Amino acid sequence: MTVAPPPKNTKVNMIGLERADYKGKPSTLCAGCGHDSISAQIIAVCYELSIPPTNVIKLSGIGCSSKTPAYYLNQSHGFNTVHGRMPSVATGATLANHKLIAIGASGDGDTGSIGLGQFKHAVRRNVPMVYIVEDNGVYGLTKGQFSATADEGQKLKYSGVNDLPPLDLCMEALIADCGFVARSFSGDPKQVQALLKAALSHRGTAVIDIISPCVTFNNHDESTKSYAYGKAHEEILQEITYVAPQQEITVDYEEGTTREVKMHDGSKIILKKLGPDHDPTNKYRAMELLERAHQEKHFLTGLLYVNEERATLPELVKVTDTPLVHLPQEKLRPGREALAKVMADLG
Amino acid sequence: MAIDIQQDPSLTQVSKGPIINDFSIVAATINGSGSQTANTTLIRALFKMGIPVNGKNLFPSNISGLPTWYTIRVSKDGYVARRDEYEVLVAMNRATQEEDIQKLASNGLCLFPEEWKLKPTRSDILYYPMPVAALAKASGADAALRDYVANMVYVGALSELIGIELGEIENALKFHFKGKAKAINLNLGVVQAGAEHIRSNFAPSDRYRAERMNGTAGQVLIEGNSAAGLGAVFGGVSVVAWYPITPSTSMIDSLKEYADDLRVDAATGETTCAVVQAEDELAAIGMVIGAGWAGARSLTATAGPGISLMSEFAGLSYFAEIPAVIWDIQRMGPSTGLPTRVSQGDLLMAYFASHGDTRHVVLLPGNMAECFEFGTTSLDLAEELQTLVFVLSDLDLGMNLWMTDPFKYPEQPLKRGKVLTAEDLARMGGFARYRDVDGDGVGQRTLPGTQHPLAAYFTRGTGHTDEATYSERPDDWENNLRRLVRKHETARKIVPAPITDEVEGAKIGIISYGSNDPGVQEARDILKKNNLPSSYMRIRALPFSESVREFVEKFDYVYVIDNNFDGQMAQLLRLDMPDKANGIVSLAKCDGLPLTARWISGAILEQER
Repeated sequence: MTVAPPPKNTKVNMIGLERADYKGKPSTLCAGCGHDSISAQIIAVCYELSIPPTNVIKLSGIGCSSKTPAYYLNQSHGFNTVHGRMPSVATGATLANHKLIAIGASGDGDTGSIGLGQFKHAVRRNVPMVYIVEDNGVYGLTKGQFSATADEGQKLKYSGVNDLPPLDLCMEALIADCGFVARSFSGDPKQVQALLKAALSHRGTAVIDIISPCVTFNNHDESTKSYAYGKAHEEILQEITYVAPQQEITVDYEEGTTREVKMHDGSKIILKKLGPDHDPTNKYRAMELLERAHQEKHFLTGLLYVNEERATLPELVKVTDTPLVHLPQEKLRPGREALAKVMADLG
Repeated sequence: MAIDIQQDPSLTQVSKGPIINDFSIVAATINGSGSQTANTTLIRALFKMGIPVNGKNLFPSNISGLPTWYTIRVSKDGYVARRDEYEVLVAMNRATQEEDIQKLASNGLCLFPEEWKLKPTRSDILYYPMPVAALAKASGADAALRDYVANMVYVGALSELIGIELGEIENALKFHFKGKAKAINLNLGVVQAGAEHIRSNFAPSDRYRAERMNGTAGQVLIEGNSAAGLGAVFGGVSVVAWYPITPSTSMIDSLKEYADDLRVDAATGETTCAVVQAEDELAAIGMVIGAGWAGARSLTATAGPGISLMSEFAGLSYFAEIPAVIWDIQRMGPSTGLPTRVSQGDLLMAYFASHGDTRHVVLLPGNMAECFEFGTTSLDLAEELQTLVFVLSDLDLGMNLWMTDPFKYPEQPLKRGKVLTAEDLARMGGFARYRDVDGDGVGQRTLPGTQHPLAAYFTRGTGHTDEATYSERPDDWENNLRRLVRKHETARKIVPAPITDEVEGAKIGIISYGSNDPGVQEARDILKKNNLPSSYMRIRALPFSESVREFVEKFDYVYVIDNNFDGQMAQLLRLDMPDKANGIVSLAKCDGLPLTARWISGAILEQER
């Protein structure tokens, strides 16, 4: 890529891009929507990590959250797919070109209701992508129906009382053997950024369920997905510091209260434990914590589980190192003698 | 008992001397009993004797236990369509034997296991009891294999009765078992015992004889799904996502087998063709569209029920203009009942699949060469037109063995369509994704990962400007729809043109497509003998080429032959040329079986009466 030299006095990142190069179109979501805050963190993180936006693909399904890819990274190819089907499209795109950095944006309806099957199968296949669920427990675009993550007993003007228990998408991801499971709150930009950075360094599917209050349809105090509830009941698992591979580690390392997680690209996440003594490589412990938080009507934020051992789908399929989309005809079409041999073998 | 029947004087009187290379054999067996090896051995041996042959497997949707009929048609004239009649019956299924024997042609031969102690019910056929269980046991095969080798008894009996050369049977077994001596010898032993049993116990039969001729030289035998899988591998497919469904599964099996052989680097084990079994058809087509969007040549294979599930994505491919290919190996559906029976019932659905004003490109292969060739053509058209392309094969083409000339190597380079590189963008100073720069309705696209700040665009279904920005303006959308119509007109010019056989003095025109072709060809010979010479157009794609209208205009009326109940091709023709609608006569049949020449010619003669 040819990058024009930046004007003097303009702040640029390590690949010479300004923060403005990571912007998207203006948001058309409601003022104060938690989703816009998440978009802002994606912009900030990609800029800070000096990720070339031309290497990124941003995909989504349908819903308020799925509109957001238009609001960040204008220089990245974006794809607003169909409802609940973003995971399969991301699967195909990353198989076709495994060097792309895939960011999937989805919502609780798009992932937890219509798209639950595709979500879990993408996780199961370990499709290399950051899978962000912008979770508000409600359908916004259709004016306020419950989604699968809505609280039991919750009241909404449109839908009345929700009689069904919520699905916990982090739990679903864990059960499908996801190698990176995190939860955050859109009102906590610092934590969202740290988790996004770590997720972008993860080699397989990285799921971040971000509670993102719907200011229009689901911001009642009794909803666990409201701002007030979030601020009052958030239980932060750990303080997270992400250290990029290029950076020197300068964070305080206090024996016994911090834990370092090394990512495949050489980056590190340093977790300072604030809550219960959480080992993020212990899946059972993560499940137990989630279940307890559910019972206590708390929501737990932070990095719940990380495991980079599983091969990603392109690795399992053993696609060529050169992305399939860049293979020339000589690699895609076997030679004349190959066909002659197949024909001879039939005869 | 056998000899008594054979020597019944009333039988020898009806014999009229041998019918050579012009009869059908039906093996009526129980699904899962391993008769497929016996049947393909017979076909291959006959084929290698130079006799034109075709096999049709009529099988149930069942793993084992339900009845299966395998028909082998031997035709010195090269006819390969299904025939209703059969002259030789191998009755191996007790549950259906009564009806199977009833349907056997007069003068027919009936082979059956002697354990049944069958009482002859017809005096116009010859009965040949075979000691199936005893010969299978005597073969020394393990008990587990005994049922399988038992079928070789009828292979041997037939070889003796109708003159299939034992040497060619041995060669066919060598081919089938890939040279594995133990399996070959075991099966060959049973074949020889079966032949010996006939030789020792019965007078030689002279009713139906297979005689070596020169009708298959240079040809090969292949199933349409294998041809399609091979075609896709040579068509440069690089991402395949699929969900198992009969009768499409064997296409992917073949594709994977050929890809593992021809598209994997032996040193690194890396493949240039990713194949993923999805969790359902929704995901399969999603993966295909994701891959197509990213720039891969991508396909899925399915059948009618799968198309239903894929329809939303079909619309996305159409309106977001993403290359994708769906092979639909047509069958009956939905749900249980007739999923293993053939039909051309998906034509209308495929053409219009999805919501909004969608009209898709649909390719209609009619033989093995086209199943192979359309492997490339479909991917080329998908990328050239940036759209979804359906290929409508069917169970008859896909899962039965057909003779064909060896496939021709695709000489044209892969057509990758209008893809702009970073260098193009630097030179052009940007681009507009959906702008009709060339007047053919097809815009330019960039692939994700193109290293230029102006490469990116945002993909969504409806509601975009020609620069791919969000728009709900009525004029933006209407302009987009008008361009898509122009693109459809472009497709009309570049899809495979119909194949036409115009006959001097033809009184009638016949239009058909796909696997109906052998039946139509044979029916035309019958019509000719009835003083009704015909011209014939075989349509190979939708939208219709201009030449389709030209053909229709040559006749007061044309007969359109469909293997579906509603005459779907006739309906499409009437839609495309409403001014000619009254002259488009639909002759359609849908009973789960390939159309026969007898039905086609009969239906036309009845109209002409």
